[in-house]
Amino acid sequence: METVKELLVILIGSSLVSNVVLSQFLGLCPFLGVSKKTNTAAGMGAAVIFVITLASAVAGLMYRFILQPLHIEYLQTICFILVIAALVQFVEMFLRKAMPALYEALGVYLPLITTNCAVLGVALTNVQKEYGILTGIVNGFATAVGFTIAIVILAGLREKMEHNDIPESFKGMPTVLLTAGLMAIAFCGFSGLL
Amino acid sequence: MGKTNSMAGAGERLVNGLVKENPTFVLMLGMCPTLAVTTSAVNGFGMGATTLVVLALSNLIISLLRNVIPKKVRIPAFIVIIASFVTVVQLLLEAYLPFLNDALGVYIPLIVVNCIILGRAESYAYSNGPVPSLFDGIGMGLGFTVALTCIGAVRELLGAGEIFGARVMPQAFTPIGIFVLAPGAFFVLAALCALQNLVKIRGARAGKDTSKIGSGCSEDCMNCGEKGCGRRKFYDDSDDLVVEDLSDPADS
Repeated sequence: METVKELLVILIGSSLVSNVVLSQFLGLCPFLGVSKKTNTAAGMGAAVIFVITLASAVAGLMYRFILQPLHIEYLQTICFILVIAALVQFVEMFLRKAMPALYEALGVYLPLITTNCAVLGVALTNVQKEYGILTGIVNGFATAVGFTIAIVILAGLREKMEHNDIPESFKGMPTVLLTAGLMAIAFCGFSGLL
Repeated sequence: MGKTNSMAGAGERLVNGLVKENPTFVLMLGMCPTLAVTTSAVNGFGMGATTLVVLALSNLIISLLRNVIPKKVRIPAFIVIIASFVTVVQLLLEAYLPFLNDALGVYIPLIVVNCIILGRAESYAYSNGPVPSLFDGIGMGLGFTVALTCIGAVRELLGAGEIFGARVMPQAFTPIGIFVLAPGAFFVLAALCALQNLVKIRGARAGKDTSKIGSGCSEDCMNCGEKGCGRRKFYDDSDDLVVEDLSDPADS
């Protein structure tokens, strides 16, 4: 029971309260770059959920069973980044051969998130907060869900704003950033949840 | 003669990084650390200086090894070199500047995925000599440091009425707390972007070359979310990275 409660707290905390993009600023490049349309944003979100969950599992296992027994925890940054980069490449190849349908849907986004800072960020946060393997996976999943929520909302807002009359110099990125800022304020409201 | 040339080249690289291709103000790169750690001028400076050290050293080493690293596996090789320096710097910070290490937290190891560093390795260090590469790294790092310190100072000034921890604003000024929080980072960056657009529009009217301003291109296609970009060098290469290609890394 205690574990379930802890996992639930992590789930809400990582997806809403300390949202990966809006309060931790990780994964901003895809957040700003791939949020023009809702369906591409959703595809990106799905790919991120897939990769981050998998990466946090692999990184957690590696930390617990390779780095810790050998007392080389200080090599975590190098090991994680290499494992994550290799993992994404591998997942891409595997999907292309084994699940072409899923590859069609996610494939184009996979290369974009190889070394996305959110993926590495989650792996490092799991270590920093001393999460176990299961807790780490849940944290990774929740973080990615938070990313998806944020990017889909932003894409929806951007679609609505497309034909608005915006001052010349505020067109494009400035408006997107202002929107993201307002969303960040809204997400601050979730801090009362925990 | 050669010495003067290389000195002039070094100076040119410094100016290039600080002004012409300033990673933050002109190219709009490395936005994650820019937004996350600039809650105060000191944090911004610390992050900038840390990145500078990593950038300069990794540029130097990559440039020295540029004839040894095969083209097909250059990206993993760059990442290992960069990650090693980040680890070294992180251990040094933990030992000698623990307060900075605590303030920057997870963003120190995340310097590995800062697109400025991999971008400079790919676009400059891998095809140039060690001295210009070192100064390219220092110039870019200085540009990044100046930008982060400025943004940090603006946020600290508006959000707490202080700069580098010293009270600047009059007592009557009520700090706008939101500027040191997450949303404030987005607002400050939005203002910066708008300013950049303004310069770009004015520059275009005056017939200047403004293609680099706000381009967001670090030549680091690995971390870039911009689709429809025709260059995509990294992944176009690795797409055909299968066994038979590895047998002759020398070609292409």
